Amino acid sequence: MAATQTTNGPRKRVTAMLLLPTTLWFLLLLVMPLVVITVYSLGERAPAGGYQPALTLAQYANLPARLKAFTNTLTLAPLGTLICLLIAYPLAYFLALKASRRTKAFLLTLVIVPFWTSFLIRTYAWIYILGGRGIPRLLEMIGIEDLRLINTPTAVLIGIVYGYLPLMVFPIYVSLEKLDKSLLEASNDLGANPIRTFFQVTLPLSAPGLITGSLLVFILLMGEYLIPALLGGGKVFFVGNALVDLFLQSRNWPFGSAVALTLVGIMLVAITLYLSLLGRQRRHQDVSIL
Amino acid sequence: MPTQPNNSQDVDIEFRGVTKRFADVVAVDDVSISVERGSFFSFLGPSGCGKTTSLRLIAGFEQPTAGDVMIGGRSVVGVPPFKRPVNMVFQHYALFPHFTVADNIGYGLRQQKPRPDKQEIARRVGETLELVRLDGYERRRIWELSGGQQQRVALARALINRPTVLLLDEPLAALDRKLRQEMQIELQTLQRDVGITFVLVTHDQEEALSMSDTICIMHEGHIVQIGEPRQLYDDPINHYVADFVGKSNFFWGTVEEVNGAVAAVTIDSGLKLSGRLPKGGRSLSPGDSAAIAVRPEVVLIGRPGAEALAATDVRAPARIKNRIFLGEQTEYLVAAERLGDVLVLSSKHNETVTGRLSTGDSVEIGWRTESTLALEKT
Ligand SMILES: Nc1ncnc2c1ncn2[C@@H]1O[C@H](COP(=O)(O)OP(=O)(O)OP(=O)(O)O)[C@@H](O)[C@H]1O
Ligand SMILES: [Mg+2]
Repeated sequence: MAATQTTNGPRKRVTAMLLLPTTLWFLLLLVMPLVVITVYSLGERAPAGGYQPALTLAQYANLPARLKAFTNTLTLAPLGTLICLLIAYPLAYFLALKASRRTKAFLLTLVIVPFWTSFLIRTYAWIYILGGRGIPRLLEMIGIEDLRLINTPTAVLIGIVYGYLPLMVFPIYVSLEKLDKSLLEASNDLGANPIRTFFQVTLPLSAPGLITGSLLVFILLMGEYLIPALLGGGKVFFVGNALVDLFLQSRNWPFGSAVALTLVGIMLVAITLYLSLLGRQRRHQDVSIL
Repeated sequence: MPTQPNNSQDVDIEFRGVTKRFADVVAVDDVSISVERGSFFSFLGPSGCGKTTSLRLIAGFEQPTAGDVMIGGRSVVGVPPFKRPVNMVFQHYALFPHFTVADNIGYGLRQQKPRPDKQEIARRVGETLELVRLDGYERRRIWELSGGQQQRVALARALINRPTVLLLDEPLAALDRKLRQEMQIELQTLQRDVGITFVLVTHDQEEALSMSDTICIMHEGHIVQIGEPRQLYDDPINHYVADFVGKSNFFWGTVEEVNGAVAAVTIDSGLKLSGRLPKGGRSLSPGDSAAIAVRPEVVLIGRPGAEALAATDVRAPARIKNRIFLGEQTEYLVAAERLGDVLVLSSKHNETVTGRLSTGDSVEIGWRTESTLALEKT
């Protein structure tokens, strides 16, 4: 007992010291700005723009003025995440379980190579591809006329899937890769056909990667700015675009702060819901994933 | 020399000229076997000889390149694993980490059509857990079990579908020696209780000898000898089998003459030794290279001129180089004149006659020709 106590003291101090930078970083860069934004959101716009102290909920009452940004974000971000998931899973499955060594290395490189070019430039490229002289022109040649892609929600979704697919592929790939292949044989041996084996063994055991990937993509998408700005052309805009507009153009800091805080709140609720839904299902199946 | 099936009614598994090739490796080479219903059959051989591949051919994870695999008299070539009436215990158990013990064991039942109802599954799971002496462990997690317990869960999971054949791939390899011996007995008892055919893969000759009714010894993809443990021990058809099953002293030389079932071999030191030709082995002819195989336990040891050695045919003076006390028995390594190093296994009883022998002592060793074999290399 005494021995553990004497080693416990220094050990605790070391732990505290190791956690200090993280704690400072957390307080300085996360909590403080959040406090500042909260205070701003209760204030008023100064006549020349910026912030002037007040204590009012007027900014929040004004939120419906930006309803479109919220509905766009809240439909396109989850939809984009879902489409990414549906495309990434088969790809990751093929990479981890079916591809030969060389195909695997080749395809993984293909997934990574786009990162060598700036995301901005790649998204610009899509303006051309989706614009009048890109895909619509090609479709005209086979008789599909008058298709407009650029500046539509579809264009934004295509951009989202293009940009965020690798972020979804990698976590799923890793969890499928480390899956013990003899478990699949055991399932097969016990009478489960490949489809049943997939739903009873492969899918539950790759769920950690699936959850990580989805959260990663969803959280980043909620704050997305670039893709709607370039491919949505001011018509399909996200909360991110509204914020840029409020802070930089109309210099309405208090309203911008209220919009930003509302987004944070919505995100927290959505993620909590998602995780608790998964948790309930897991308990129901008596499946522990993490 | 594969045994021929006499009646397909009594045969559970049959290989007819089965060959399995992976790219440039021939893992199983023209193998023909038949496994009798309700028997305990083992594939025995060193690493890479094709044991696991043979088992996977039965389970359906591999398809033969040539030949026919039959289960219960019907060809199963092309039938996927989930449609075969056999179940497997995997080398590292392959238990599902996201299920409890009960859900692991009930997995096979849940795949059946029609699917048994919940009570029925719970009842059968309980029954099977009892069979492997793990009752009360239903709600446990896999990682909360010891190696031996996991082994039993794997057994229960494979047995619950009541397969006609249970396949076991080195099931005891991951267990420590004592537990392994306990599980050997348990497996044998279990096999007798459930009455289904067991096919075991092992590289441990002791394991194969102690549990099997029939052992198939393999070498680089083909069968060397099939037989009962006793038969393999007493009549190994060549040096490879004799070396693999139990311990032997081998004295290499050239066959001088063959007289009925006895061959005389002039060993490298010029000494002439004789040995019985094993039953079922190929006959030797003069000029062939052969070994006289002498099991350590048939070598008698005593003080020079001891009475116990009077009845032996071959005798040689020797000096004890090493002595290992094994409890019931003592193992001596002696340097014998014109024979070289010879391993001798002497019972405790023998020691009461000869008195205690120690390293450096001058002794005499000897054996009777009838208890030695003349063997070809492979
Ligand atoms: N899927 C495969 N692809 C290519 N070669 C294989 C494959 N499976 C087995 N082999 C080869 O076939 C031969 C026999 O393998 P097998 O696994 O049957 O040996 P084993 O007798 O079970 O050996 P061990 O005791 O080491 O498990 C080996 O040379 C092995 O390299
Ligand atoms: Mg093997």
